[in-house]
Amino acid sequence: MSEGMSRKVFLGRAAAGGALLAAPGLFRTAAASAATLPKTITFSNWPLYIDVKKKTHPSIDQFAAKYHVHVNYIEDINDNDSFFGKIEGPLSQGQSVGRDLIVMTDSSGLPQRMIQLGWLEKWDKAAMPHFKDLVAAQRHPLWDPHRDYSLPWQSGMTGIGYDPKKVGYELDSIDKLFTDPKLKGKVTLLTEMADTMGLVMLSNGDDPSHVTQKSWDAAKAKIQKAVKSGQIRQFTGNDYAPLLANGSIYACFAWSGDMVQLQADHPGLKWLAPKTGAMIWTDNMLIPKGGNVYGASVLADWFYIPKIAAEVEDYVNYICPVQGAGKVLEKSDPAVAKNPLIFPSASLLAKTHQFDGNALNNQKYKQDFQHLIGA
Amino acid sequence: MGKLLHRRAWVTPYALLTPGTAWLVVFFVVPMYYLGKMALSQGLFPIFSFGWAWGNFSYSVSEYSTQFIRSLEYAGIATAVALAISYPLAYWIAFRGGRWKNLFLLLVIAPFFVTYLIRTLAWETILSDNGVVVRSLQAVHILGADGRLLATSAAVIAGLTYNFLPFMVLPLYVSLEQIDYRLVEAASDLYASSPVSFLRVTLPLSLPGVFAGVLLTFIPAAGDFINAQLLGTPQQYMIGNVIQSEFLSLRDYPTAAALSFILMGAILVLVLIFARVLGTDRLTAGTAA
Repeated sequence: MSEGMSRKVFLGRAAAGGALLAAPGLFRTAAASAATLPKTITFSNWPLYIDVKKKTHPSIDQFAAKYHVHVNYIEDINDNDSFFGKIEGPLSQGQSVGRDLIVMTDSSGLPQRMIQLGWLEKWDKAAMPHFKDLVAAQRHPLWDPHRDYSLPWQSGMTGIGYDPKKVGYELDSIDKLFTDPKLKGKVTLLTEMADTMGLVMLSNGDDPSHVTQKSWDAAKAKIQKAVKSGQIRQFTGNDYAPLLANGSIYACFAWSGDMVQLQADHPGLKWLAPKTGAMIWTDNMLIPKGGNVYGASVLADWFYIPKIAAEVEDYVNYICPVQGAGKVLEKSDPAVAKNPLIFPSASLLAKTHQFDGNALNNQKYKQDFQHLIGA
Repeated sequence: MGKLLHRRAWVTPYALLTPGTAWLVVFFVVPMYYLGKMALSQGLFPIFSFGWAWGNFSYSVSEYSTQFIRSLEYAGIATAVALAISYPLAYWIAFRGGRWKNLFLLLVIAPFFVTYLIRTLAWETILSDNGVVVRSLQAVHILGADGRLLATSAAVIAGLTYNFLPFMVLPLYVSLEQIDYRLVEAASDLYASSPVSFLRVTLPLSLPGVFAGVLLTFIPAAGDFINAQLLGTPQQYMIGNVIQSEFLSLRDYPTAAALSFILMGAILVLVLIFARVLGTDRLTAGTAA
C-alpha cells in the first residue's frame, strides 16, 4: 500500500477485489455503489475550461496522484445540443456513454430534461465533504432543488460585448443595439435561445424567468424586425469572438468569460451588463447513467476544495461557484480575485436573470426560435 | 476436379463482391432502413413511433421550400464556377504540365490537408469587413463604402466553390490526361481549327470527367451547412442547416429524416436529368476510349 492511499480507499479496493472474486458478473453494478474508486475516471468537459500548465492539468494530476486513479480528461463538448445528440443514442438504449462525469449548461434545458428522462445518476453526497462550499445562490435551482444530480462547474453572464472605439459611446442599451443606424449590419446575436431571447425580453421590461406567450411574441417580433432591416447580421456560437476582434462586427451578445479571454489580446474590447439586465447561466457537472457514481462524486468534490477551485479559476475566466476560492486567489493572484467578471459584485449579480426552465423545453418556442435564427 | 475448379470460378466474382456488398449493406442499406422508418414516424423526443406519417414529407416541403431551392441554387452556381475554374486548370496541367504534373496536382490538393472547418474559418478572415479583399473592392467601387462580403450569398457560394474545387479538378484532370493527343493532332491535320478540335475532340472525350466532377461537387455542396453557417446569415441558410437544427436543436428526428430523404430524392432526379442530357452512352464510350 503506497503512502498516499487513504484507509478508506484501500478498504474499498479490498472490498471490490472480494466482490470480484465472489461474483464477477455483478462487479460493475455492485462496485459502482460501494465506496471504491475505479481505475479510470473519464471526465468530458468543454475546451479551455480547466487549468493548464505545459499541456498538463495540475488540478487533475494532483487528484490522480493522491487517489492513484487515472483521470481520462477529454475536451469533447463544444455545444450542448451536439453533445447531447451524441450521447442520447446510447442513453436511450440504456447503454453507458463511456463517461463518468460530463458538463452541460442549465440554460440549454438539457440537464433538466436528462433528470426527467432518468438519464442521470445521483451524487454520492457522503463522499463529498466539500459540497457545502457551493455558493448559497446556487444551492437550490428550480430544476434540481437539492442538487441531487448536478453541481456547478462554472457560471457565466450573457451581456453586450463591443468595441468602444467603433461604437463611440457606452453601449448599455439593447434598444440602441437594435436600432442605431451606425451599427447596421455590425451586430450579432447568439444561437442559444435562453441568451438571446432572455436579453431581449429584459429590454422589453419582461421577466425571462417566467416566459408568457405575450412576452415571447414581443421579443420575437423585435428580433425579427431587426433581422429584416439588416441591423442584425448573424446568429453565432462563440465565433463572434474573431468577428469582434477583426472589426467585422462592432457589437454583439457575448459571454463574459469569452470577453475576459478576448481582452487579453484586444484590451480595447468591452463587456457589460445591459442596463435592463443580463442573463446568467451555469455549466453543471453531471453523472450520465452508467457512470461510476463514487468515482465521479469524489472527483467533482475535489474541484470544490477552495485551493483547487482557485487553481482552476486562475486559468478559467468564468464565475467560480466555490466559496473561499476568492480568498485563496486574493493572495495568489489578486488581479483575478478583483475582476468583476470572475468574482462579480453583489450589485452586478442582482442584475442577472435566469431563463424559464419550462420554456427551454417547450417545443413550440424552440421551433419558433430556430425559424427566427434562419433554419 | 475440373468441374470443381469451374464451380469455384463461378463463385469467385461473388466472393470478390462480398466485402463491398457487406460494407454497403451495413453502412448504407441498414441506416437507410432506419432513416426511412424514422421519416415515417411521429411523436416527441425521445419516443417516436412508426406510423406511415407521410405528413412529415409534406410538412418538410411546405415549411422549408425556400431553403431547398436556395441549396440547389447555391450548389448549382458553385458547381458551375468550380467547373469554369477547374477546366482550364486541369487542361493546362494535363497537356502543359510536363514533368511537373504531379507537383501541380499536389499544389491543388495542398490546402486540403488542413481541416474543412479551419479552411472555412480562414475565409472569415480573408473576407472580413476590414480585410484586403473588401478594401480593394471598395477602392475600385465594386463594393459600396459600407458594403461587405462576409455574411452575404456571394461569400457562401465562394466558400462552397473553394471547398469542393479539388473534387472537380481531379476527375477532370484524369479524363483529360487519358486523351490520346494524336486525336487532337489528327483533327488539325484534317483542317479543324483549334476551337473546333477542342469542341469536337477534346471536350467530348473529357465529358466523363466533367460528369464525375459535377457530381462530386454538386452533391456534397447541396447538403453542406458549414459554409452557410460561418459565411452567411439566416437569409443564406441552406437545407443542411435546417436538417442540423431539426436534428440537434429541435430533436424532431422524423422531420430531419424526411428532409434528408427529400434532399436525396431531389439530387437523384437532378443527376438523372444531367446524365440524360450529357448522354450516358457517350459517357461510357468516353471511358472506353
